[in-house]
Amino acid sequence: MLYKTIAELVSDLNTKKISSQELTRFFLDRIQKYNPSLNAFITVTEEHALVEAKAADEKRAKGLAGPLTGIPIAHKDIFCTKGIKTSCGSKVLDNFISPYDATVVTRLKEAGTVLLGKTNMDEFAMGSSNETSYYGPVKNPWDSERVPGGSSGGSAAAVAAYLTPGATGTDTGGSIRQPAALSGICGLKPTYGRVSRYGMIAYASSLDQGGPMARSAEDLALLLNAMAGFDEKDSTSAETPVTDYTTTLNESLQGLRIGLPKEYFNQGLDQNIAHAIQTAVKEFEKQGAIIHEISLPHTPLSIPAYYVIAPAECSSNLARYDGVRFGYRCHDAKNLEDLYKRSRSEGFGDEVKRRIMIGTYALSAGYYDAYYLKAQKVRGLIHEDFVQAFKKVDLILGPTSPTPAFKLGEKTSDPISMYLSDIYTIATNLAGLPGISIPAGFVNHLPIGLQLIGNFFTEAKLLNAAHCYQKITDWHKQIPKNIITDEPSRLSEEL
Amino acid sequence: MSLTATDVKKIAHLARLNFNERDVTTYSEQLSRILDFVAQMNQADTAHIEPIAHSLEWSQRLRPDHITESNQRDLFQTIAPEVSAGLYLVPQVIEGE
Amino acid sequence: MEWETVIGLEIHAQLATKSKIFSGAPTAFGAEPNTQACAIDLGFPGVLPVLNKEAVRMAIKFGLGIGATLSKKSVFARKNYFYPDLPKGYQISQYELPVVGKGHLDITLEDGSSKRINITRAHLEEDAGKSLHEDFVGQSGIDLNRAGTPLLEIVSEPDMRSAKEAVLYLKAVHSLVRYLEICDGNMQEGSFRCDANVSVRPKGQTQLGTRAELKNINSFRFVERAINYEIERQIALIENGGQVAQETRLYDPNKNETRSMRSKEEANDYRYFPDPDLLPLVLSDAMIEEIQRELPELPHQKRVRFMDQHGLSAYDADVLVNSRATAAYFETVIKESGAPAKLVANWMMGELFAALNKSNLDITQNPITTTQFARLLARMNDNTISGKIAKTVFEALWNNEGDVDHIIEKQGLKQVTDVAAIETLIDKILADHPQQLADYRAGKEKLFGFFVGQAMKASGGKMNPQQLNDMLKKKLNG
Repeated sequence: MLYKTIAELVSDLNTKKISSQELTRFFLDRIQKYNPSLNAFITVTEEHALVEAKAADEKRAKGLAGPLTGIPIAHKDIFCTKGIKTSCGSKVLDNFISPYDATVVTRLKEAGTVLLGKTNMDEFAMGSSNETSYYGPVKNPWDSERVPGGSSGGSAAAVAAYLTPGATGTDTGGSIRQPAALSGICGLKPTYGRVSRYGMIAYASSLDQGGPMARSAEDLALLLNAMAGFDEKDSTSAETPVTDYTTTLNESLQGLRIGLPKEYFNQGLDQNIAHAIQTAVKEFEKQGAIIHEISLPHTPLSIPAYYVIAPAECSSNLARYDGVRFGYRCHDAKNLEDLYKRSRSEGFGDEVKRRIMIGTYALSAGYYDAYYLKAQKVRGLIHEDFVQAFKKVDLILGPTSPTPAFKLGEKTSDPISMYLSDIYTIATNLAGLPGISIPAGFVNHLPIGLQLIGNFFTEAKLLNAAHCYQKITDWHKQIPKNIITDEPSRLSEEL
Repeated sequence: MSLTATDVKKIAHLARLNFNERDVTTYSEQLSRILDFVAQMNQADTAHIEPIAHSLEWSQRLRPDHITESNQRDLFQTIAPEVSAGLYLVPQVIEGE
Repeated sequence: MEWETVIGLEIHAQLATKSKIFSGAPTAFGAEPNTQACAIDLGFPGVLPVLNKEAVRMAIKFGLGIGATLSKKSVFARKNYFYPDLPKGYQISQYELPVVGKGHLDITLEDGSSKRINITRAHLEEDAGKSLHEDFVGQSGIDLNRAGTPLLEIVSEPDMRSAKEAVLYLKAVHSLVRYLEICDGNMQEGSFRCDANVSVRPKGQTQLGTRAELKNINSFRFVERAINYEIERQIALIENGGQVAQETRLYDPNKNETRSMRSKEEANDYRYFPDPDLLPLVLSDAMIEEIQRELPELPHQKRVRFMDQHGLSAYDADVLVNSRATAAYFETVIKESGAPAKLVANWMMGELFAALNKSNLDITQNPITTTQFARLLARMNDNTISGKIAKTVFEALWNNEGDVDHIIEKQGLKQVTDVAAIETLIDKILADHPQQLADYRAGKEKLFGFFVGQAMKASGGKMNPQQLNDMLKKKLNG
């Protein structure tokens, strides 16, 4: 059972090799064993999961099972789950039991999935290493001294260590793709508007997108089928119809035009990663893809623009955390101002405060034009880069992250060095385009990912290309033998 | 772009955050560096480009004027820090705060 | 030194939608605290706004009603500040691109002339909740039922030059929003709120003086009093060598004074930026045309027509077009009674309004139907009853004593028109008062009234006054 994909597990469930309750029990046991050292989960919903698993088994017995019925998953703790703690990785929401379900949660529930728990994340999704969480850092299953990436680090580590076969994440500047790359799994950020943001705690509203994280492109397709689609509760939700992403996975890549941005392969990129990506490119060529060099000239400006727009939007989105209606409230507030200032200052962590401060400044009187407005114009330039590129190519390919997983604490003292690790992913969010990261090799025994970026609403093409790559390679099937465990022999037993 | 302690305190007040003196110094350094970093944007010629908030040229969808929500006060107030008689309690709001 | 006052008004009209502007919670007034605040109104983590179509339609109606340019594309912006009645820590409003652009309303001044008050803009935004202080010591209780109710903020140019003009403009807007059925205009309940920006300057100076913003004025009367107080305060301040501070002042109706609330210098930096959770509001020509077709006759149009068609004075027309219901009642009664418009107008503005006011009723709660009122006026018009008697019938109608004709019959109120009967009565009176008769014939013409009075008394008021007058004159003059 170990490390089977969702697709394989569905088959096992359907052929009655295993029941959902047994499967759920299996993952709950693994969580119990390995989570204390990985810290991938903030909340484990054991009782709840077993109840859902039982219901799934009953449904299956009646012949009413759907494509995901009985499959255990985990939600990044940014998705509101009714009756269940939803912390967003923050002390501010440590006591928040959400009174409603996010649309993504409802849809995956209706698809029959079983909720194992809520995964750890950078506080309010701000971070690239899962080191800003109130609940402590998450460890990379491939090397416990290294970060799994962020902000969806908990989901990435959970899938990588097979504590869950699939999980949800969110991506504002790379927070699904980068942890997927650093943890050796697959992650997809859909087109902006493809997946509902209702109930997904907002960080930067014009950039946030929820998406699936799993062990294969096929699994991502299965999860995306359930997650994607118009939601009337979200004004930014796309009415573009959703196709069945699984039906086009095996389409031929013959004639597919793939662009390699020259700006992505410059001195900032670890040469070993560059080499691995070039090897991967050949796999695509073998299947008939045609490679072109393209240019995305404004790539370097994407980070500064992002670090104005995202903080600006977050400074406003996080104003509601004031200790009045829910969440953390300081003790013995002397007056209203004291209530606000102490509740927020005692509740928020440093990175969140930094971004709130930057954002407040960028929007403040006299600075709006120079910062926020300017950034939105740079966003226009980046958008234009992609428009031009997609006239020449169908997909863009490059590395997901400039380095493999770095050590815990390595970048925490210098925020800017942390920000620079988003160089390949951020532009996609600014442009609202879909992007996928899949494992493409190892550097120093650490996984690295390749990223494919598509035009608007071309998730099917991305998944198709990724799936075809995964049919002739096996990077995505590699498993971390380094999981922190005091029972290494048991691990080899399970294998 | 160098932020002074005064700047930091003013922004902190707008954002309703407290900093002690040591943090004010740390933050003014960090924030100044970040602002310098983002000022790279000025390298770009954006004179002829429109700012974009959303990539796709959509317009706002309109919802019919129907009541779709029922009273869930009890549920919502189970997670409230301080309530009385159905009201959320805060330190007295004085005019002009 | 001669002073000139400059006044601009900012009106917040609560739009009469069933649900809130960005959520599906109800907007009805008077519910138990926080029973009409859903997750979106409470600003819970993860919630998102979706725009109410009816609020947009109402804004368009208003824009058309003031002849304004409508923005084909308008943008919602966040106004960021911290206050307990503002759950998200920002208000969704419109800033640089409001849905309604420049328009105007014409008001009729006391001397009958017309003055145009220009309107800068009107935009959509959400209302905040309420803070209650009474029952809590050292604390305030926050009720968020009102949070998210749609508001139309209407901003005038500083075109008004007196408190009276301000009140006239306010009433004109009040009338318009009720005509358009976009707002119930209830100032006591807070669905129609007004802030006044007041400044003074030496007459002839073009530069504006520093203005103060007056808040908490919730009746037309208070608007006038607050503004007048403020004008005097500012003039006195300047004449004594002081300077008017740009600030917000609260009106205290008990003491009839304004008090400084907070200095606008310390005002929040609202950090407006386009709300990324909402997309630009685009108005289609089709939508605007549809709404244009549905517009009722507007107050100013009706007023002009009443003056032309019914020959009413400007003053009477103003009163009768004040609400659509009043105007409709008026015209229905004219049609059903066949009586002259002036008669109907006088009786509505006299007896009817007096009775309604005394019982604190609105025209829509009038116990007297148009049919009955029309019949009453018809009976006066055709001389069945005299004007005086009609008042008695009116009272009976008001007290639900039945149909007009039934009342006249039952109480025997028919006017005496029989010539012979009148003659007989007059003869008797003249015979009973020989001294007065002699005095009158000697030149004391004032005594005519005395005889009229006597005749009315003797007949129980049931004489046709015109007939009585004619015949009395004939008899008196021999």
